[in-house]
Amino acid sequence: MKFAVIVFPGSNCDIDMYHAIKDELGEEVEYVWHDATSLEGFDAILLPGGFSYGDYLRTGAIARFSNVMKEVVKAAEAGKPILGVCNGFQILLEAGLLPGAMRRNTSLKFICKNVELRVENNETMFSGSYKQGETIQIPVAHGEGNYYCDEETLARLKENKQIVFTYTNNPNGSLEDIAGIMNEKGNVLGMMPHPERAVDQLLGGADGVKLFQSIVKQWRDSHVVKA
Amino acid sequence: MLLKLEPSPEQIKQEKIYSQMGLTDEEFQMVEDILGRTPNYTETGLFSVMWSEHCSYKNSKPVLRKFPTSGAHVLQGPGEGAGIVDIGDEQAVVFKIESHNHPSAIEPYQGAATGVGGIIRDVFSMGARPIALLNSLRFGELDASSRVQYLFKEVVAGIAGYGNCIGIPTVGGEIQFDACYEGNPLVNAMCVGLIDHKDIKKGQAHGVGNTVMYIGAKTGRDGIHGATFASEELTESSDEKRPAVQVGDPFMEKLLLEACLELVKCDALVGIQDMGAAGLTSSSAEMASKAGSGIEMNLDLVPQREKGMTAYEMMLSESQERMLIVVEKGREQEIVDIVSKYDLDAVAIGVVTDDKMLRLVHNGEVVANVPADALAEEAPVYHKPSSEPAYFREFQAMENTVPEVTDHNETLVNLLKQATIASKEWVYNQYDYMVRTSTVVAPGSDAAVVRIRGTRKALAMTTDCNSRYLYLDPETGGKIAVAEAARNIVASGGVPLAITDCLNFGNPEKPEIFWQIEKSVDGMSEACNVLSTPVIGGNVSLYNERSGTAVYPTPVVGMVGLIEDIDHITTQSFKAAGDLIYLIGETKPEFGGSELQKLTNNNIFGKAPELNLEVEEKAQKQVLSAIRAGVVASAHDVSEGGVAVALAESLMGSENLGANVTLQGEATTALFSESQSRFVLTVKKENQAQFESLVDATYIGTVTDSSVLKITCGEELVVSQPVSTLEKAWKGAIPCLLS
Repeated sequence: MKFAVIVFPGSNCDIDMYHAIKDELGEEVEYVWHDATSLEGFDAILLPGGFSYGDYLRTGAIARFSNVMKEVVKAAEAGKPILGVCNGFQILLEAGLLPGAMRRNTSLKFICKNVELRVENNETMFSGSYKQGETIQIPVAHGEGNYYCDEETLARLKENKQIVFTYTNNPNGSLEDIAGIMNEKGNVLGMMPHPERAVDQLLGGADGVKLFQSIVKQWRDSHVVKA
Repeated sequence: MLLKLEPSPEQIKQEKIYSQMGLTDEEFQMVEDILGRTPNYTETGLFSVMWSEHCSYKNSKPVLRKFPTSGAHVLQGPGEGAGIVDIGDEQAVVFKIESHNHPSAIEPYQGAATGVGGIIRDVFSMGARPIALLNSLRFGELDASSRVQYLFKEVVAGIAGYGNCIGIPTVGGEIQFDACYEGNPLVNAMCVGLIDHKDIKKGQAHGVGNTVMYIGAKTGRDGIHGATFASEELTESSDEKRPAVQVGDPFMEKLLLEACLELVKCDALVGIQDMGAAGLTSSSAEMASKAGSGIEMNLDLVPQREKGMTAYEMMLSESQERMLIVVEKGREQEIVDIVSKYDLDAVAIGVVTDDKMLRLVHNGEVVANVPADALAEEAPVYHKPSSEPAYFREFQAMENTVPEVTDHNETLVNLLKQATIASKEWVYNQYDYMVRTSTVVAPGSDAAVVRIRGTRKALAMTTDCNSRYLYLDPETGGKIAVAEAARNIVASGGVPLAITDCLNFGNPEKPEIFWQIEKSVDGMSEACNVLSTPVIGGNVSLYNERSGTAVYPTPVVGMVGLIEDIDHITTQSFKAAGDLIYLIGETKPEFGGSELQKLTNNNIFGKAPELNLEVEEKAQKQVLSAIRAGVVASAHDVSEGGVAVALAESLMGSENLGANVTLQGEATTALFSESQSRFVLTVKKENQAQFESLVDATYIGTVTDSSVLKITCGEELVVSQPVSTLEKAWKGAIPCLLS
């Protein structure tokens, strides 16, 4: 399976994402610069954290206009797995691939620490290797992770089980403790916590590994069936 | 266009305009002698900024020469952007610490942010990939005024704002609070980078005819005369100097960083230097001087953010995120191609010449023509008078006394609430300390540890300086600063490699201050020699005074150590019930400058704790050998607040551990003395015999599963506190002081 890690000017978790895939999962992975005009040949797309374009104007607001985002939209429509973490999540919101918006953390401060998440839906291509209701430790590192959407959207998110992860101890003021959501089709996941930072016991925990394994397993299963 | 009239050379001389720029009468006379004529306005500006203390070290040079700067592993000592130490396998570690005190005193967010930006550039201008940031901060007492709280909050936010955005983890640091820093906080930033030997670049303008190019942000009118401002005392009117503070753009720096790290792989690049303090002036003059060449630049070609900038303004601007490079003639396009990927411009603005002159052309006229060496190397050197202050003699004459403590149990909680000891979680949770996913030991332990991907190695790093000891006795305090940094590295499982230092002092023109500088450096040098940690670079920040009151002498030590195998990485937290607790080192009634003295007397006095460097070195070697033998479960150095605080800190964050400890001697001393060269270690029972054969240590108790810290002195139980009570006091103190 081949992953693309999209690199925008100002991305800074690109190498972490790259090494999580390459070193911990042993899958193929390549960096793709923001001006790329094709994502042909990639089976999954990863949008890493960072401060794309300095996050000037609004987090993710400029990145969504880059060339590669047109291709990300196409890949989303084609049903490929797309994971946006932190700034990647913010970009997916700005691009309209996921509903809602981000506000500044209620503390008005950047927060970097390990937090506990609950797996709200394990019947997705991103969470299939977790148990339903399982709690996992994944770090957050953001200044604007306070997720918000209107009531109608929230009702839909709940009805379609699009809320994949919630915080057990909300660090940023997110609506309904939301930490990660997916689109209706279930192939685009955005989350503020960083699973790529939780793949190595040496660094304090490896609860993020199963998220990436879920993606690989689902892809393998579907391709074995086809073959 | 508005035409600005600059004073003529005659006016500069007669009206002593040079003195407003910081040059003395004698120095102006020297400039006239060097040039054989009276300098014009731009030239006067060049000399004033290059001959400022900040750029020339004219007051500190004779003292700095005492530092040992060489060693088997040193690849680059002081003099370049940052020092470099070999770590084997064709890899090296690059690091440096620098101050941004004065800017942070008046514009704390930008002052701190650009301090971080500047030190990062120093590291990547050597060709190194920055992998970690640390800092060392000093503020007034947090409950003293809303101004102190404002400075503290904004400095932390500024460090976070820059480091988080550029994606370099802020992994460690230290903060001390004392009244002497109220008007003049200290903000020192350190950057650590990693490099392959073959990629090492220097800031030298070799090759006559080669092209001088400018990369990065455009030049504006910000930060003009920043280096001169940094070389005078702060006064009530210093806020008027706010325009001398630069504004940072971490996104631009991220682009510049990635572009430069691609450039260093290109053999068309001859030399590279950051435009830091004194901007275009220092980078061009120093690159020419170090290479024995000259540089001619056409300032019309300098990318400018504002219209109508004069030569003077362009040369003295300290606009951030800029680099000056020298490129092989004819290969400029290769450079343009690399940096344009990052939407940056590389502009040819000059050539390397053979006449050793820095020559500037603006609007078709030569606006400055001065010897590069005169700017970069020939600043006057002053041997300032030094005199031992009366307070020192009084302190030395005092007997060591033990502060009166009636309730040790309560005192321990109060010590943990002292801002200097209390948890800094409020601070470091604002820093992204995990990005780059290599931080093995996060902020909060003795030293931070960052692994080197693709190897079994890791780097331990720390900043240290207890300036209270230095105030009482600068020579002993200087030794302690180096020794404690090394102790932190050793406790983490590393071999101390080298140090970078940031010498923060008051006005060196006062003999008592100059004496502090001399004695501190004497002490540090001796410790560096004994502990084999040469000084590979650093920074001097003098004139740290507000309205005539100096800060404590604060020579901050930034140290990096090599952990040869990640299996040796050790933290301060107790690991398991049943582990044996050992104390290494002798405890004496030493409370001069201690947290307990400050808590009970509200001031500090007397003698600093003694430090015997031979004892220190032996203890460090033994601890390291035990760690490497794999028989140490946890290691923590004993510092502020003594053994009781060290034990409490080792229990913080544990789920259900406690400790039963028995100490000998008088209780207050046993618990809270700050005697040096001590560690608290824990050892698994099965490793007891091997551990005791390696280390001279006193068994003092065991780790329990009771969640209570119990300490007995003699027959009396003097401390019995639930760990939750200790943790609440320790973690809650800073948020509580701020609310």
